[in-house]
Amino acid sequence: MTRHTEAASATDQLMVEARGVRKHYGQLEVLKGIDLEVRNGEVLCLVGPSGSGKSTFLRCINHLERLDGGTLRVNGHLVGFREHEGRLYELREKEVAAQRLDIGMVFQRFNLFPHMTALQNVMEAPVQVHREKPAAARERAMSLLERVGLADKSGAYPAMLSGGQQQRVAIARALAMRPRLMLFDEPTSALDPELVGEVLDVMRGLAADGMTMVVVTHEMGFAREVADTVVFMDGGVVVESGPPADVLGNPQHARTRSFLGKVL
Amino acid sequence: MSTTAPPTPAPAPGSAPVAIPVRHYGRWVGAVVVIALLGALVWAFSQGNIDYRSTLDYVTNERIVRGMWNTLLISVLAQLVGILLGVVAAVMRTSANPVTSGVAWLYIWFFRGTPVLVQLLVWYNLSLVFPTVGIPGLATWDTNTLMTPFLAALLGLGINEGAYMAEIVRAGIGSVDPGQTEAAKALGLSPGRTMRRIVLPQAMRVIIPPTGNEFINMLKTSSLAYAVQYSELLLSAVGIYSANLLVIELLFTVSIWYLVLTSVFSVGQYFLERRFSRGYSHGRSRSGGALGRILTNLTPGRTR
Repeated sequence: MTRHTEAASATDQLMVEARGVRKHYGQLEVLKGIDLEVRNGEVLCLVGPSGSGKSTFLRCINHLERLDGGTLRVNGHLVGFREHEGRLYELREKEVAAQRLDIGMVFQRFNLFPHMTALQNVMEAPVQVHREKPAAARERAMSLLERVGLADKSGAYPAMLSGGQQQRVAIARALAMRPRLMLFDEPTSALDPELVGEVLDVMRGLAADGMTMVVVTHEMGFAREVADTVVFMDGGVVVESGPPADVLGNPQHARTRSFLGKVL
Repeated sequence: MSTTAPPTPAPAPGSAPVAIPVRHYGRWVGAVVVIALLGALVWAFSQGNIDYRSTLDYVTNERIVRGMWNTLLISVLAQLVGILLGVVAAVMRTSANPVTSGVAWLYIWFFRGTPVLVQLLVWYNLSLVFPTVGIPGLATWDTNTLMTPFLAALLGLGINEGAYMAEIVRAGIGSVDPGQTEAAKALGLSPGRTMRRIVLPQAMRVIIPPTGNEFINMLKTSSLAYAVQYSELLLSAVGIYSANLLVIELLFTVSIWYLVLTSVFSVGQYFLERRFSRGYSHGRSRSGGALGRILTNLTPGRTR
């Protein structure tokens, strides 16, 4: 993009930097130019009605979706593309895979590998991608399962775990790659109400440890309590953003007010 | 009530009525009719002009047993070739590269679309097209010497099977939740590793049952290899009956062997299916197939 000239010093502290990110499916424009920044150690919550493009944007951050315009940098590096003489060339799947190593992701539907135990789920990527020794990976996986409170479930297959337990294993699995950025795509939306708390507790702990997090969520209580920044999206654009007290407590736009009126 | 339990005690007035399941009288009638018909059929065959003693005697005939082992050998090897080609072709079919997926499509289209007997005969007579094969400048071989009945049978049956296996594997890959690939991607697994470690193991659950059927089919289809002079069961029988003219007797002999082989492998398939449904149900496999259901029903604690 031609208008893209940022100062190098600014990128040093920015974990995610989106400039004019666009995405469309056929005729349908899902993202209409998103500008957004996530600083190191920041917790950013993306809220908004369904279809607002917040999940799509999250998936653009680790190139699960290819963006159609604009630039997206994670840790100063373009995601999914290589810049050469003012043009962007999409990277090969293998190169993208290497880029994703710094980015952990947690899905709405957990997506644990059903043919592996909880422990094997957590060990899989460190052993297969980082070529860690199985013994060392196992030890670390156990400590991660302990951290999410599931050390006693290490031998269980996902089908034997509750939704909340599965999601906590999924968080441990993402953490096993020692990511610098964690993406959460509606991590509690598929859970029974009484299981939401245990997952949010783990996420709270992560935030307290200083992990940089981008969370798409409908849990306004969590956003108010944990987020440094809340971004309200609607119709493929950022409507407003700022500290939770401002965006959730004193929204400036009618669309934000109308959305919050429905969910709060 | 007494301890010796009189037949169907009438419920005492005021107590809860006893629930009695639907009585299936029709099943008993059906069973009697089926057994009568089967008996009549068996009797008719027993009165036929067939020397059943010879049929049984030849079951353990050395030539027949050797043929049985050869049938088993070619079936296992051809099925392995088929599985290998099937997985490769299926993965190629899912490729985004139109050349790759096009080649796989052509392979499946051609080898599923022509009779396997013709394919066997073409492989056996490959010297009509390629009199010699070899590596240019290094070595050449006479195709006729190289293309033994065994190799022709292996290529003919295996490559044909690969086309069918490709469709089975493709259906299996398609059955795996796309979220699994996304999760693997998000963890930084390369596409190849995602396929090998995440997608294919899960696809196995869908691939195994029809593959068992394919193998059981292969056991019988391998009899076509007698047309290329591969000495499997049928050719062994043909060799014997062309001398002693006990045609139907010998064909019954090999049929007994085919039944034994298919029965043995049906049991094996049941256990394979159970192993690959691991992680999907809490206990016993629910997709056991007919035999699995029989085994399940034979064990105590059946529910139906």
